[in-house]
Amino acid sequence: MSAAAAALARLDGVEKEFGAVRALAGVDLTIAAGECVGLVGHNGAGKSTLMNVLAGTLAPDRGTIIIAGTDLSSRYSVVAAHAAGVRCVFQELSLCPNLTVAENARIMHPHLTGLKWRARAGQLITEALDRIFPGHGIPPGAVVGDLPIVQRQMVEIARAFTETDVPARLVILDEPTSSLDALVAGQLLAFVRDFAARGGSTVLISHLLGEILSTASRIVVMRDGKVVAARPAAEFDRVSLVAAMGHVTNQMAGTAATTTARRGEVPRVRARPRPGETIALTAHQGEIVGLAGLSGQGQTRMLLRVFSREDAEVSGSVALVAGDRQTDGVFPLWSIAKNITIGSLKRMLKRGLIDAEAESELAEAWRRRLSIQTPDMRNPILSLSGGNQQKALFARALGSDAEIILMDDPMRGVDVGTKREVYDIIREEAARGRTFLWYTTEFDELMHCDHVYVFREGQIVADLPRDQVTEERVLHASFRADD
Amino acid sequence: MGAVVNPRLLRALLPAFSLAVLLAAIFWLQPRTMTYFGLNLLLNLAIPIVLATIAQMFIICVNDLDLSIGSYVSLTACIAATWLNDEPVVGVAALALCVLVYAGLGALIHIRQLPSIVVTLGMSFVWLGVAILVLPTPGGEAPEWLRGLMTWKPEFVPFPIIASVVIAVVVHVGLMWSPYGAVLRGVGGNARAVERAGWSLLKAKVIMYALAGIAGAFAGMALVGLTTSADANIALRYTLLSIAGVILGGGEFVGGRVSPVGAVIGAMTLTLAASFLSFLQLNPDWQIGAQGAILIIVLALRVLINRAEGRR
Repeated sequence: MSAAAAALARLDGVEKEFGAVRALAGVDLTIAAGECVGLVGHNGAGKSTLMNVLAGTLAPDRGTIIIAGTDLSSRYSVVAAHAAGVRCVFQELSLCPNLTVAENARIMHPHLTGLKWRARAGQLITEALDRIFPGHGIPPGAVVGDLPIVQRQMVEIARAFTETDVPARLVILDEPTSSLDALVAGQLLAFVRDFAARGGSTVLISHLLGEILSTASRIVVMRDGKVVAARPAAEFDRVSLVAAMGHVTNQMAGTAATTTARRGEVPRVRARPRPGETIALTAHQGEIVGLAGLSGQGQTRMLLRVFSREDAEVSGSVALVAGDRQTDGVFPLWSIAKNITIGSLKRMLKRGLIDAEAESELAEAWRRRLSIQTPDMRNPILSLSGGNQQKALFARALGSDAEIILMDDPMRGVDVGTKREVYDIIREEAARGRTFLWYTTEFDELMHCDHVYVFREGQIVADLPRDQVTEERVLHASFRADD
Repeated sequence: MGAVVNPRLLRALLPAFSLAVLLAAIFWLQPRTMTYFGLNLLLNLAIPIVLATIAQMFIICVNDLDLSIGSYVSLTACIAATWLNDEPVVGVAALALCVLVYAGLGALIHIRQLPSIVVTLGMSFVWLGVAILVLPTPGGEAPEWLRGLMTWKPEFVPFPIIASVVIAVVVHVGLMWSPYGAVLRGVGGNARAVERAGWSLLKAKVIMYALAGIAGAFAGMALVGLTTSADANIALRYTLLSIAGVILGGGEFVGGRVSPVGAVIGAMTLTLAASFLSFLQLNPDWQIGAQGAILIIVLALRVLINRAEGRR
């Protein structure tokens, strides 16, 4: 029984169904103390569902949950999970934007009361932030809604590691780095390793395989609601991990040659980050232009400027693929089909009204083209997994007649397979003459671009044609010399 | 924070600024209001409106809207002018029952996931009907102690000002400072996050609706204390006034962004706006429209400040 005693958390035969979709088909998972388990799998594999079960926010249909040797299956809930020291950082942000950082910390701790609760909560969260993200610069009195998404994510992560009456024994991190830039993500991963060394356990979900390989001590691979592989991290490498996830590895597919020479014709887009800047961003017909740099350095503002044609010369119609799905992407109450066709309503008018047939045809066409995984496009958009929702947003932009497509880091938290499919379609569409402006925080995605502009502190600091784009150059430009 | 003026601070000060401007205009038009008795008369009717606005604020804080508060205040006023005067025990029990029904509405709205607008709109007719049953014709009499309280004339500071400050401080401490108040406001900001942290949303909604019921009952009692008699239609306009008061005080319809101090100031501003327009000797036909214009001006100012905030 020693193995069972050492296990901090054990799930046996956990099953969960959502209507016809079998999200978890009998999952066994054991997490030992002091272990960092990397959980990988493509979108819809059931990772987030499994973590919701482990965090107590979702009751499984069947299966047992044993935490620290006690069978809690029948009475497992968020409260029970917290009492056992199990915390979760969810994929979508779980902070209250109208409260301050300290007040959000208080919400995690029911026993944080008394006259000085606000000061203690502020101290608690500041200590956690200091430990994980030294030099974070987030005041505990700041209202969360005023913070940029990076800092919000930092607060949420730090909050999961705050301790009052119950120590944090197991912290689940579901795509924690998706909104963080490389520097901050590095701080987090270093902290996770340190946390494990002190006996704490973590489950790390990430689509950045490098993070998983460098941080996790053991890797669990999920596919179609089942665990298909669970081995020490050292036994995996990038290729074998992708293979286990069920995707064909084809590492060089992205670097297929496209035209690199900038055509002499008039550019479709010409914009400066600020009036009077020396380097202007230009994009021609059929080009994929990358906006690189650390996150939040003015790339999104640039896209919005092109979108609203503010101080920017833009010829052609524009569509935007939002990065922050929850706030500016999906219409949560609408069906998948309606979410896609909203961008093309003008083309589907019949005697002044929307032609329902044309609408479902367009939606169906994009379902096939992007292989959106749903039995019916009339289902609500929220029935899709995160990656498939993002596909629907792509379909909305690509399905419109826009000649210029702006992408605001749209691949956040999207699995490798989906990414590949979307990359292929982007290149196809570019070959047909569409222009793409692509803000991305992932270096690999820049390899698909014909031209890359690196942003830093609201300025363009480097203008790299395709053959000069290397990780080193981009990183070099992203950080100031004195950093 | 290098900006000369912080837009957030500006927005927080806007309600107080609007009130000050309105008060200055009234003093200028009618200097006699600048006395103890002038202020007393000017602000007397603000107390029930302030309480109704606070009730509405509790509901708006959890992203709901209460369209029944006006007829509810009418009903509690009718109860206060009849049963509470004749048989205090029955009166108190009836008011407590009203609060319980309010709490139950919160539970119903949460459990069945009903739109609060529909439920409270329906309830507004129920409250009104019950009010007519309690007091079929205008009349009744305010309990002696209630009239005594509402017409109390403390030294130096007029009672309406003391009452408003007490209400603002008590609600501010409870909702903005207390540890559970943060959870209640969090429900308006991100209910899912609060639930995931292990809190009961049902309990939070029931508490907020019960608090609204209590504040609404106090509003009815305060109103009767001032007018000495009641009528089933006495406070119907409070529904829209209370919503306007919350918004004027810096609150927002969704997202749990409310301010008790702001709501009190907003309610007082609305009360003063009516007096201001009478002092202007504006044709009464135009007064309601002019009141609307004041609202639009203040809200437009807020939009401008918000825009400045967004641009930073």
